[in-house]
Amino acid sequence: MQPFSPVLLEAVGLPTGHTLASYKSRGGYAPLEAILGGKKPADVVDMVKASGLRGRGGAGFSTGLKWTFLPKDHPGPIYLCINADESEPGTFNNRILMEDDPHQVIEGTILSAFATRASTAYIYLRYEYPHSWDRLQTAIDEAYTAGYLGKNLKGSGFSLDIYLHRGAAAYICGEETGLIESLEGKRAWPRIKPPFPAVEGLFKKPTVVNNIETMACVAQIARRGVDWFRSIGVPADPNNPRDPGSYGPKLYCLSGHVEKPGCYEAPLGITARQLIDGPGGGVWKGRKAKAAIPGGISMGLLTEAELDTPLDFSGPGKAGCLGLGTAAVVVIDETVSIVDFLHNSCRFFAHESCGQCTPCREGTSWSLQMLERIKAGKGRLRDLDLLLEIGTSMGMMPGSTICGLADGAAWPIKNAIQKFRGEFEDYIRQTNPTGWMVTEPVSRLAIVATH
Amino acid sequence: MPTVIVDGKDIEIGAEERLNCIEAARRAGAEIPHYCWHPGLSVVASCRMCLIETGARDAATGKISMVPKLVPACQTPAKDGTVIITASALVKESRARVEEALLIDHPIDCPICDKAGECLLQDYHFEHGQAERRADLHPFTSRRRDVGPTVTLFVDRCVMCTRCVRFAREVSGTSELMVINRGAKEEIDVFPGYPLDNKLSGNVVDLCPVGALGDKDFLYQQRVWFLKSEPNVCGGCASGCSITTEHNQDSVYRLKPRENPHVNKWWICDEGRYGWHHLHDQTRLLAAAHRTPASASQAAVGFQAVEWADVVTGLRRDLKVAKRLAVAVSPLLTVEEAWMLCAVARSIDPQAYLAVGFIPRSESDETYPGGFTIRAEKCPNRLGVESVIALFDPAVHHWEDLLEHVQAGGASAAWITAAYPTSASDKPWIDEETAAVFAGLECLVVQDFFESPLTKHAVWRLPAAGFAERAGTWVNAAHRAQTFQQAIRPPAGVWPEGRLLWNMLGRRGLYDPVAVRQQIAESSATFAALAGVLPATGVDLRLHQLATP
Repeated sequence: MQPFSPVLLEAVGLPTGHTLASYKSRGGYAPLEAILGGKKPADVVDMVKASGLRGRGGAGFSTGLKWTFLPKDHPGPIYLCINADESEPGTFNNRILMEDDPHQVIEGTILSAFATRASTAYIYLRYEYPHSWDRLQTAIDEAYTAGYLGKNLKGSGFSLDIYLHRGAAAYICGEETGLIESLEGKRAWPRIKPPFPAVEGLFKKPTVVNNIETMACVAQIARRGVDWFRSIGVPADPNNPRDPGSYGPKLYCLSGHVEKPGCYEAPLGITARQLIDGPGGGVWKGRKAKAAIPGGISMGLLTEAELDTPLDFSGPGKAGCLGLGTAAVVVIDETVSIVDFLHNSCRFFAHESCGQCTPCREGTSWSLQMLERIKAGKGRLRDLDLLLEIGTSMGMMPGSTICGLADGAAWPIKNAIQKFRGEFEDYIRQTNPTGWMVTEPVSRLAIVATH
Repeated sequence: MPTVIVDGKDIEIGAEERLNCIEAARRAGAEIPHYCWHPGLSVVASCRMCLIETGARDAATGKISMVPKLVPACQTPAKDGTVIITASALVKESRARVEEALLIDHPIDCPICDKAGECLLQDYHFEHGQAERRADLHPFTSRRRDVGPTVTLFVDRCVMCTRCVRFAREVSGTSELMVINRGAKEEIDVFPGYPLDNKLSGNVVDLCPVGALGDKDFLYQQRVWFLKSEPNVCGGCASGCSITTEHNQDSVYRLKPRENPHVNKWWICDEGRYGWHHLHDQTRLLAAAHRTPASASQAAVGFQAVEWADVVTGLRRDLKVAKRLAVAVSPLLTVEEAWMLCAVARSIDPQAYLAVGFIPRSESDETYPGGFTIRAEKCPNRLGVESVIALFDPAVHHWEDLLEHVQAGGASAAWITAAYPTSASDKPWIDEETAAVFAGLECLVVQDFFESPLTKHAVWRLPAAGFAERAGTWVNAAHRAQTFQQAIRPPAGVWPEGRLLWNMLGRRGLYDPVAVRQQIAESSATFAALAGVLPATGVDLRLHQLATP
């Protein structure tokens, strides 16, 4: 692995890194002024497209391509929504960016708004981030004073207002159309697509939804150039014409049973083991890892043997997981019961399912009921078959639900049962020696309240 | 013409039609099961029951390319070349899963559920579900929640299709209903202190695909498989909503809206929905009665029941003797009955004064955001009656004219058809003062549903039929004529107006509204459109007049 110095996190550790003065001293806002001084929106779109930047929010969709879906010559308004509703368990990279270098995010937002011709940007911030709120709001105020926000920025004729909106703490608000509904003041039920937000989004106007980290990357691409960005990461697989490659630095959120948990910046394509053994300082207490979540709980599970999987946009998929997601690596050591892991995961998704689509609403709740029963010592081997069926069907077949939550809820079930079935079977046989073979429906247990 | 391919069958749809895949498949005879979609509401595509496989056929090459995922049929427009597969193995598996998921938290209390027998959950489970229950059994719960004066919610039976919520937001515009909680704990509820009490509230019960929303008026009154239904028209106001009268053994149990894109779409108002109780009111007039001696001054003398055969002859005789006749043709009578009444009156007195009867009105029309209108004119057939009278007398008189005419001594006898369903406990349709206008007449015939101040002055007091006991044609405020059949028989002793008039005209056999209608259609340009069999949604009389010079 080549030596790599952090770029997105360069302000971390600087006592005044969050201020405008510090950001400008590091070269910030200079690229913005240059672009406002004579470039066209299409130039910025081309730059981001050329960089191969893929959205950092989880789906890994090409950011430049997303911007081109906006209707041409739309009379406006066009809206830009920045998704800071960082609610995937284990993920905290947006928080670091917003707290330690908010101007980087704001510069990226201004550049993106310029590229998409949006004159209003909303930052949808999750409720649990009061410190991020303070830092962002202060930075926005500073940017207004310095003339980077407001009317006719630096004489370019381009105007932009950024509004900070605080969500009410729901996982589903991180889904882009759920976020839009919530921003409109409605219940955050993801919308049916089409129409996609680029055509009809916030307040029925064309809308782009991007992640905070994507904004920071846009700012860095503008400052350091497309070539710099493409020099980092994993190039496109020449044997797979559909692979756009994974370029650029990525913030990995390392947590769980490691010696030094934290948010680390690394080139895309670092393996999970490199991350754990390098910046993470190894699995804690000298133990061995049992499994790791590659990128947020909804991405599934890597076994110890699969830790050499490169964490780029296509790596976890090759190891039977959903994808890179938010790059939140949660390490589980050998003492942890995988039954407990799955129970916790199911409880989370049953609690967070918005309840709109039948398969997800009932499937997440059903899987929790089964896990509750297994945990209570009344599990049956048949439950594993049912769980696996839920894990391989709920949201898995594309189109069976409106949004991806069901898919995300199914992956941990599917991975845990497929990769650790022996442990589940042992657990059930040992805790329910008389009833593990029963196949008829049994009485339901009262579920312990999730909150 | 655009062609849609449903399960390998080519179906042509109209070029201007905007159909979704459910509607297009229905044209081909393929039923795509669905809970949350309703043609009158916005699309949410959340029940996931209507998932199908689709694709597109290339017009030039005929090559079919399929979409590599399941799509909700409700949300997918059917266009030229759209391929719809409604029953592939994947589709069936997906439906079975949705059915299983919906039943995980359902109490399965069909034996005590009012919806049993007309429940989509039952029907779809039978057709698309799997026989085995794999989820855990849980104790039977059937929580009942009062959401408004007309509707009760059985919380546990709900499948969260949100049709009712969308109805309250989009059609009634009152937004009382909402979804509370999240995930599997979701429930329908109202905000405390803001119950579901709009004038269209009963429609949410019809919309509910399962037994979650119950109509308090119908709850536990009758199992639905005992009900017979008859297409009918609501007589509550001049809108003339298409309805279905559901009855058993000559008792009406409920009224439901009948889809009619020209009139009421899928809805009816609560006033109409619950406006059938007068039919079975114990205080309604149940026998023909005559006061002897026939002297109006002896008001104290009571009525004596008479046979209908004697009414047929006695009425004609009495009115003939009294000579100058004035007739009020009730706007509740059908076109056929009104025409026969005018014909009978003119056969007794060729100069008979014909007027439209009293027209009950409320303050103003009420139009809802979804386009549904409750009319201020609380009778179904004013336009029809006016047009009928115009056939006999170019100057169409109204109730007020008739009162003046009688006061001025223009009449010595009056025949007032009323049939207003305002019971004795309500405010009667006529007050004592107005009724006194008719006190001095030689012969007064009153045909009404309940006792009123007017019946006291009557010489002949005849019972009237209720709306479900009639057959014929009504013309609504938009000039749309709708025919309907008799749904129930009137109580013993009550002859519907049509039967009496048919007999008074000396016609043979049973009263046949179709024959009368045919005769009217042949003899008048106004009603020419009524010839033959009318579509269930009726015909616009004005359109036809424009088409036939």
